[in-house]
Amino acid sequence: MSRGEAGPRSSLPGFGLTMGLTLTWLSVIILIPLAGLFLKSFELSFDQFWSILTSRRTLNALKISFGLAFAAAIVNLVMGTIIVWALVRYRFPGRRIFDAIVDVPFALPTAVAGVALTSLFAEKGWLGAPLAELGIKVAFTPLGIFVAMIFIGIPFVVRTVQPVLIDLDAEIEEAAASLGANRWNTVSRVILPSLVPALLTGFALAFARAVGEYGSVIFIAGNLPNVSEIAPLLIVIRLSEFRYADATAIAVVMLVASFLIIFAVNRLQRWAQTRTPAY
Amino acid sequence: MNQPQVSMSTAREDLRTEPKIIRVVIIAIAVTFLTVFVVLPLVVVFTQAFSKGIGAFFAALSEPEALSAIKLTLMVAAISVGLNLAFGVIAAWAIAKFDFRGKTFLISLIDLPFSVSPVISGLVFVLLFGAQGFLGPWLQANDVHILFAVPGIALATIFVTFPFVARALIPLMQEQGTQEEEAAISLGASGLQTFFRVTLPNIKWGVLYGVLLCNARAMGEFGAVSVVSGHIRGETNTMPLLVEILYNEYQFVAAFAIASLLAMLALITLVAKTILERHLDEGQLPGD
Repeated sequence: MSRGEAGPRSSLPGFGLTMGLTLTWLSVIILIPLAGLFLKSFELSFDQFWSILTSRRTLNALKISFGLAFAAAIVNLVMGTIIVWALVRYRFPGRRIFDAIVDVPFALPTAVAGVALTSLFAEKGWLGAPLAELGIKVAFTPLGIFVAMIFIGIPFVVRTVQPVLIDLDAEIEEAAASLGANRWNTVSRVILPSLVPALLTGFALAFARAVGEYGSVIFIAGNLPNVSEIAPLLIVIRLSEFRYADATAIAVVMLVASFLIIFAVNRLQRWAQTRTPAY
Repeated sequence: MNQPQVSMSTAREDLRTEPKIIRVVIIAIAVTFLTVFVVLPLVVVFTQAFSKGIGAFFAALSEPEALSAIKLTLMVAAISVGLNLAFGVIAAWAIAKFDFRGKTFLISLIDLPFSVSPVISGLVFVLLFGAQGFLGPWLQANDVHILFAVPGIALATIFVTFPFVARALIPLMQEQGTQEEEAAISLGASGLQTFFRVTLPNIKWGVLYGVLLCNARAMGEFGAVSVVSGHIRGETNTMPLLVEILYNEYQFVAAFAIASLLAMLALITLVAKTILERHLDEGQLPGD
């Protein structure tokens, strides 16, 4: 933030009006509806809240969402690093196209991703059929959820690490090499450590997204209670049963979790800023 | 930042790369992974959409249900992009052109919808406007329909697309500073004249960028809209919701025909985004 750099900033008109409109619109659309969710959860006694959260089905749904999202984010971390490395450091045919399509999971509507992944991994699908011969069933199993969560998380790691790797000072690397470090040591001791804040940020963003993901998961998931039912789906089911209290309790837990993740990401970014010296 | 990379000599480059075999393996892994997880799903959408020929494809799209879903999607996108555009520009003016305490906090509040599960984004409006919600009884007494109707769908969409325009403009306007505007004001221009003649031309690519991403998300939103829509056929189904319904009814050609339109939208958005990013990079100050 370039606070104070441009001198006093009060000579322009419209601060009161635009700030007033911003705060009003923000409150109406975001803050009041979110506050309503927390208010609703306060209507529950702690025992009610606790018994909803510790019911077998809720616990399993939360475990499935958080557990598989974590595993998928790990895959994204590893594969994202490899993809970034290939895109930034190497030249190969189609590189620019592959660079552009990394964003497809951002841009493709989740329902479209959901039906596409399902028919791809269904037992008769292009990838599902050969996998079925190996005895691996993806669609309509927890493995399907895992696959959809990997899909949705790809861009996060790639796009947070890419600019950092591009801006990485070449001279440090050359210095390490000329001081006799072999390539592996240079990469693992010099380059990767300077990517750590970006890698962790990308991991956290991919994890947060996968935890809350709905559209791309529900088609391929199978949605069997306690086995392949994700927490967001359980919220939808509780709503359709008019069990608002249950839906609210699950939502509050998920919301608090994602706020914690965002908080961690902000701290990570501050850490990254203090680590990399300004040019 | 560009020059050092361009002028890097091959001798220096040797120090910064891996043995050929490792390069080939890394490229192969990256390409295979992206092909399996990104390219193939896209290809599946279009193959399935045209699997019964081009006639079946267009027949599916001209069903009344499909047409009404397309119409609703366009309408909801127009409403939410319009409102979020106005909000985004206003918020960016307040945040980027002035200094005040709590700025970082305000930006994180604007960012909130990005970290909320789509289902929860819909749920909050059910809790407000639903029969058991805070305003439900009043709405029922006055015969106002928000949930399971267009206003609810629009609200949920506005919620999930809230940050896009503001987030595209705030860093851009912060970087541009206030000198040009201050000059215009001191020469006697009014606030609005200054905005339209000085600020807007400077941020037009950023505005377009924000609108583009906002629109893509608005048209494609599924979870939040699904919760508030009520799935009334021919009335409250947007295109993504219709994809779900048709798919669950095993009408695969029809489902993928609608899905292919949405996939086209995503691809066009990506191409336009790449072009706009080039424009934005050119207009940016050195050092970014």
